[in-house]
Amino acid sequence: MSNKQTLVVIGNGMVGQNFLVSLMASDIKDNYEVVTFCEETLPAYDRVHLSEYFAGKSADDLSLMEAGFFEDNNITIHIGDKASIIDRSNKTVTSEKGVEIAYDKLVLATGSRAFVPPIPGHDRKGCIAYRTIDDLDEMMSAAKTSKVGAVVGGGLLGLEAAKALQDLNLKTHVVQFSPRLMAAQLDAGGAGLLASKIEDLGISVLTGKNTIQIVDGDTCKHKMIFADGGELEADMILYSAGIRPRDELANASGLKIADRSGVVINDNCLTSDEDIYAIGECASWNDQTFGLVAPGYAMARTVVDHLTGGNETFKGANMSTKLKLNGVDVASIGDAHASTPGSLVYTYQNGVDGIYKRLVVSQDNKLLLGAVLVGDASGYPTLSQYYLNRIELPTNPDSLILPSRSDESVGLGPDALPASAQICSCFDVTKGDICTSIEGGCTTLGALKDETKASTGCGGCAALLKSVLNCELEKAGFDVNTDICEHFAYTRQDLYNLVKVEEIKTFAELIAKHGSGKGCEICKQAVGSILASYWNEYILKDAHVGVQDTNDTFLANMQKDGTYSVVPRMTGGEVTPEGLIAIGQIAKKYGLYTKVTGGQRVDLFGARVDQLPPIWQELIDAGFESGHAYGKSLRTVKSCVGSTWCRFGVDDSVGLAVKLENRYKGLRAPHKIKFAVSGCTRECAEAQSKDIGIIAVEGGWNLYVCGNGGMKPRHGDLFATNLDKETLIKYIDRVLTFYVQTADRMQRTSVWMENMEGGLDYLKSVVIDDKLEICNQLETQMQRVVDTYQCEWKTTIADESKLKRFRTFVNSDKHDENIIFIEERGQIRPANIEERELALAEEA
Amino acid sequence: MGSNNKWVDVCSRDDLQPNSGVCALVEDQQVAIFYMLEDETVFAINNYDPFGKVNVLSRGLIGDIQGEPMVSSPLYKQHFSLRTGLCVEDKMVKVNTYGVRITGNRVEVNLYNNTPWGEAT
Repeated sequence: MSNKQTLVVIGNGMVGQNFLVSLMASDIKDNYEVVTFCEETLPAYDRVHLSEYFAGKSADDLSLMEAGFFEDNNITIHIGDKASIIDRSNKTVTSEKGVEIAYDKLVLATGSRAFVPPIPGHDRKGCIAYRTIDDLDEMMSAAKTSKVGAVVGGGLLGLEAAKALQDLNLKTHVVQFSPRLMAAQLDAGGAGLLASKIEDLGISVLTGKNTIQIVDGDTCKHKMIFADGGELEADMILYSAGIRPRDELANASGLKIADRSGVVINDNCLTSDEDIYAIGECASWNDQTFGLVAPGYAMARTVVDHLTGGNETFKGANMSTKLKLNGVDVASIGDAHASTPGSLVYTYQNGVDGIYKRLVVSQDNKLLLGAVLVGDASGYPTLSQYYLNRIELPTNPDSLILPSRSDESVGLGPDALPASAQICSCFDVTKGDICTSIEGGCTTLGALKDETKASTGCGGCAALLKSVLNCELEKAGFDVNTDICEHFAYTRQDLYNLVKVEEIKTFAELIAKHGSGKGCEICKQAVGSILASYWNEYILKDAHVGVQDTNDTFLANMQKDGTYSVVPRMTGGEVTPEGLIAIGQIAKKYGLYTKVTGGQRVDLFGARVDQLPPIWQELIDAGFESGHAYGKSLRTVKSCVGSTWCRFGVDDSVGLAVKLENRYKGLRAPHKIKFAVSGCTRECAEAQSKDIGIIAVEGGWNLYVCGNGGMKPRHGDLFATNLDKETLIKYIDRVLTFYVQTADRMQRTSVWMENMEGGLDYLKSVVIDDKLEICNQLETQMQRVVDTYQCEWKTTIADESKLKRFRTFVNSDKHDENIIFIEERGQIRPANIEERELALAEEA
Repeated sequence: MGSNNKWVDVCSRDDLQPNSGVCALVEDQQVAIFYMLEDETVFAINNYDPFGKVNVLSRGLIGDIQGEPMVSSPLYKQHFSLRTGLCVEDKMVKVNTYGVRITGNRVEVNLYNNTPWGEAT
């Protein structure tokens, strides 16, 4: 029998889950049997990004659960079962379904509920709280029969909910009780500008409206009646008017409850019972409750620390926020309302560009107490550093919010930050943590994010993280040399631009003009790829053949024994019976090993270099063309069978896959590119693990970008939803050309995007909003590549002089006697060293 | 060894690949011959890759490291000096080098003369 104590966690929301993860990462994880109750039917998900559910994210995407988390850590979870009784004298918890658990330690993470004003008519059908995934499902079904939606509440969550309604194509109103939006975070000036920006987006904003009842509508299902006599009609009403702590269970068990609700906790997050903790939105600390996730995470850490006997305490929380609401930047730091006695205010207002900034400083003008930024939140990282770390302000603090008219930089250099400075508030990563990781070898943004988790939450600290990285690298004397190799003092992107601007067509010309020496496999391969991407000439032209990498040189994939694999293209994974028979016959004739690949085609292995041309002659005669498996280029567009055959298919995924593969085949890029198209959200083609993934949904195609499998799998990010084919192809053209132009050599799309400042949002702004005004050029460049496509094998077969290269020996028809095959499972495989030596000895 | 008289005719200049390599069979030895177009130099080394343990070096990319002409293995990318055969990544490893010259339009290899190209023979 184990002598473990039992620890029960009530609530598996974001904070409850964060507590479990922190506990499992601690030294004391084996001291406890852990049991958790989850009232909802899904374990923890990301409530902060709930509105993305409407933009096409699934419950799975929002899930915070790593697969197997509960099993791997031996945690018992009761899903869909609510803890209903805490018996403190016997130290037991009993659930609605009758599960009774005796606990040694108990953690309450019961969260909060949406506040629904108790007015007549509040519970009419179609009047919904905006809080859980179940609520969202209810909204989606109500939206089908609705034209107009109203959100009660103009706070953070309310504005998110309004976006959700707009995404459901409803005419949307925001009804706010207080005279301004985001009353907790913004002052009147900032809120006013925000309201006008929200209205520009087609959402109407009504402030100072106290709804007193909801009745039948005349034109819509409901009519809201306001205290001032006004009215608003809507088919659906969402409540997002603040939250209330779920403290009823604690209350019933006799725990101390704060006057303004919430379970009272001390600095160790202990309630009035020394074996019961409370964390997150249900807890009240110093008479304050916290409706953000970061303070909840801080409480979770505090409890883990207290269980281990540490002395870390909860010290309140930084309530600063930065977000993008429907594309509008909004940020609020600290005491935004200047309620600190003696505080002073600086304000900058730009009516032309729609920017509002306000600084609240201490009486002596030395410390930043708070700030509001609307329309341009780029100053947020610097300002929050001044605030969080109590760094003395410059002599003229207003320089921090005034637009800089010259090149002078007023930002706070990362060097000025102390090691204790918190860079990422979502994951509590300090500058010291980051520096340690950099010293430990994380010298790229991607590696750093991976290691420290910094900037993987809200992403608000991405720019700051990058500048800390660069600054530390330079200080540590790291080689921040971005030269591609010793022959060119340029990055890959520089070289691409040189090729483009100076219309350079060969490696020889480029190295003569801009490089030195003879080149090496790094720069030759990179330049070969750039030239092929840009000019799309035949890669075995005399001028190009010497710069091609191993596989490109012979248009086949070299295997460990020096033989090659041959991969004919099967667009979308489609192949005719005749095609299959031809491949089988050719494989049989040349004695090749055949295997079906993950990219839905057939690989033929074991071809000697001299066999490549005759094999390809036969493949071409049978109607096949090069599959470019050898190139850093488009490989395959995988597809499921789609609506043509599948009972569940929403659209013709194979048809689209074939079209896309034919469009982008032959495109050379910094690394290989894989696509997939799924015909419905069951996602049988695994599109979300591809560089470009497409999923058919009712009403169009959803586009995912920058995913990959391999050593470090990454799910693609949802890029755009409900696209028609024409727009879809435009976006793909732009994303791919932008990738080809700006990525480093051998950089997959995933790493490319992770290292891009601004990440996904930036990529969207370039591709969708044409922020750089290059979309036309990106499309034109892609069209040129599409128009100049050729099957490289067809060209090669037709050119006698090229075939000379495909000889084992220039002076003999003999074969390499070192190539020896062994039979296994009815096919050939390369002999291993011992087998080969044995065979050679027998021959001799 | 030391005989300078065993030059073997292997192919024509046109059989060479500009800025790349080909393979010739000379007395059952596989000889990788590389041709650098810009300074009209040729190099010959054994075709056997001591790391991958297969005959592939003639199919590697050529260039230079700090001015030293080299080939990079097409399998695992180790670099070998075309003059000395020494591996850049592992100085304990060396591939054989051979004499090679262009006479008129013909390319000749001498297995018994490994004086680096360009030095007096």
